[in-house]
Amino acid sequence: MSINNQQITDLIIQSLPDAEVAVHCFSGDDHFEVEVISPSFEGKNRVAQHQMVYAALGDNMRQAIHALALTTRTPSSIKET
Amino acid sequence: MPAQKKIDQLVKSNRVVLFMKGTPEFPQCGFSQQVSAILNHLNCEFVAINVLLDDEVRQGIKDYANWPTIPQLYVAGEFIGGCDIIREMYDNDELQPLLTPQG
Repeated sequence: MSINNQQITDLIIQSLPDAEVAVHCFSGDDHFEVEVISPSFEGKNRVAQHQMVYAALGDNMRQAIHALALTTRTPSSIKET
Repeated sequence: MPAQKKIDQLVKSNRVVLFMKGTPEFPQCGFSQQVSAILNHLNCEFVAINVLLDDEVRQGIKDYANWPTIPQLYVAGEFIGGCDIIREMYDNDELQPLLTPQG
């Protein structure tokens, strides 16, 4: 059974309760765009930030992980705009 | 030689290493194609490892980097990221300085 937007959001929030999560799934396509903004990402490089999200998703997305386009941000990096 | 050791040697003895599906000339996956195209566009010399030729390396590289997907780009022995990260760094002009050897 494939995973849906809400499940992705829930899994991420479970591990990163301070995160804002935006999930877009393109209809007719299994691809997801996920953006996660969290203060927990402060001081970490992108690889480390993405690894935190992958860890949150765990085995649930093992098959679908290739369909995931991930962007991570810290709240401070957004305030500029 | 165990895969982890093989991988470790590869990333430590070559400055820029891309683990990808297929080759830069014949990429077998859109994400691998994108990263090799970016490196070529930046005129960066790199070693391309086709993980489709070696199942142990294909799985081993995911364990090595604690990263579930391929492509994976290494610069100076450090894992830099997969397609999403490389594209973002390229768009933000962060990639080129990283690829250029210092001094």
